[in-house]
Amino acid sequence: MIPGDSAVFAPGFFSSSTVHTALVVGAIVSVVSGVVGVFTVLRGQSFAGHAFSDLGTTGGSGGFLVGIGPLWGFVIAGVACAGALELIGVQRARGRDLATGVVLGAALGLGALFIYLDTTAASTTGVTQTVLFGSIFAVSSSALPLAIGLGAVATVAVLVTYRPLLLSSASPELAAARGIPVRLVGALFLVVLSIAAALAAITIGSILATALLIGPAATALRLTRSPGRAMVAATLLGLVITWLSIVLAYDSYDWSASGAGWPVSFFVVALVLIVYVLSDVLRPRRFARRGRGTVHV
Amino acid sequence: MFEGFMIHAWIVASIVAIVAGIVGFFVVLRGSAFAAHAIPNGAFAGAAGASLIGASTLLGLGVFAVLGALGIVGVGRRGRGDVATALVLAFMLGLGALFLSRTVEYAPEVYSLLFGEVLGISTTDFVPTIALAAVSIAGIAILYRPLMLSSVLAEVADARGIPTLAVEVCFLVVVALATTMTIPVVGTLLIFSVMIGAPAAARSFTSRPGAAVALSVAFALISVWAAIAISYKTNYPIGFFVGTISAAQYVLGRFWRGLAGRLVMTAGSRARATAT
Repeated sequence: MIPGDSAVFAPGFFSSSTVHTALVVGAIVSVVSGVVGVFTVLRGQSFAGHAFSDLGTTGGSGGFLVGIGPLWGFVIAGVACAGALELIGVQRARGRDLATGVVLGAALGLGALFIYLDTTAASTTGVTQTVLFGSIFAVSSSALPLAIGLGAVATVAVLVTYRPLLLSSASPELAAARGIPVRLVGALFLVVLSIAAALAAITIGSILATALLIGPAATALRLTRSPGRAMVAATLLGLVITWLSIVLAYDSYDWSASGAGWPVSFFVVALVLIVYVLSDVLRPRRFARRGRGTVHV
Repeated sequence: MFEGFMIHAWIVASIVAIVAGIVGFFVVLRGSAFAAHAIPNGAFAGAAGASLIGASTLLGLGVFAVLGALGIVGVGRRGRGDVATALVLAFMLGLGALFLSRTVEYAPEVYSLLFGEVLGISTTDFVPTIALAAVSIAGIAILYRPLMLSSVLAEVADARGIPTLAVEVCFLVVVALATTMTIPVVGTLLIFSVMIGAPAAARSFTSRPGAAVALSVAFALISVWAAIAISYKTNYPIGFFVGTISAAQYVLGRFWRGLAGRLVMTAGSRARATAT
């Protein structure tokens, strides 16, 4: 390793336990986001995915308020809102966006109240910044088991329900005709989505989590039509983006004289958008192997 | 509640509600809920950037809102619209986080933009608010027919030679301008609940466009006025009440639609019964 400013890995990168935790959390989030994200994009539920990560604001600030920590707050708020969306139960895409918007609006209002109470009553000043923008460097290693557990639950749930989920995403009518409980599958997926969004939210902040959930998956689906391969590609892509962002953010402490680092979140969203836009240029004009269909069923 | 400085807040909030009610009707009609959420939310980065370089907050909001609208259309042209919206939004928020991390001094002011501060509106905001409101409403008035046609019957609009993409761009720019002026009042996160809740509720009560727009404005006024009054009395953030009241209106609308549907059905079956 070359010492000095030109080094890719700034001094202390590999010995810092904060960085270790950040790398592990980044990996978990990439896997979960990759697997869940592909279905989110296939089902056209980007808005719901974004809503769940936004709802993290409410859950996270509520979690601070009652003292159970942000991650549990994220998860509880997410599952509650998945329930609310399912209760409204709009199947048409346009109406579903509307319902998502209304639930999101109401929940954000609640979040505003929680943050107000956090800052006035509990006098936890940094809470707004932490909850909204998060920082992968701020994740304590004690949160790792919970993050791993939740990530495993979400990933396993998707893999177990893979076939019915795929069929009911591609063609709800056909799935219903085959006796798949489409609504139940949809509700289950919403819960999984909320867990994935919660995990992404603790990494790069609740209002930025969307990028990690949607970006790699959407890019992967441009490059391959097979959902299984897209999941692998999205996971790898997410992993590269997250780790690269951690390295860049760690290095950025040396970029300016003031020593204030650039946020990891910024690098993540910038890389995600760049990769997505580039993938349009790079994607094969026509798929070489035809006859594979839009999705495997 | 109606002292000098509050009169000001009431007037500005009423203008905001009227514009949100009108623009929101088309947001709901076109199914652009996500874009209407993304544009004001992402514009927040503009406010953070403006405070970084010492420019006017409103200018920063406006520039980023319009850029966001153009970005959503630009990235979305080749691919899925909702994915493009999500990624453009996230990128703008990331920029916001970057700007915020560069500046510490103005952070509280920027945060108030997230959740709004209707009670803190100063006299200087008066002129740009009215100007932006006028431009937004004029934009909708000019676009009215092509907008209506391309929202309801996209194929017919195409066949008649209406430039659907241009209409979409113009409409999103109008949304951007409308949200720019509303952000300092109700906040980026909450403006969108007025824009969605009130019009969605209005459409449940009537299917005539004119009546629905009028009703939508009325609902928006009710929700903003009530939110200010309660917020003034309780001191809790206005966004909480705006969000809750808008959601309540939507639920009421759906309830009414369900009830009306059932009445029509029973009336129909009774008519059939008498016919036989």
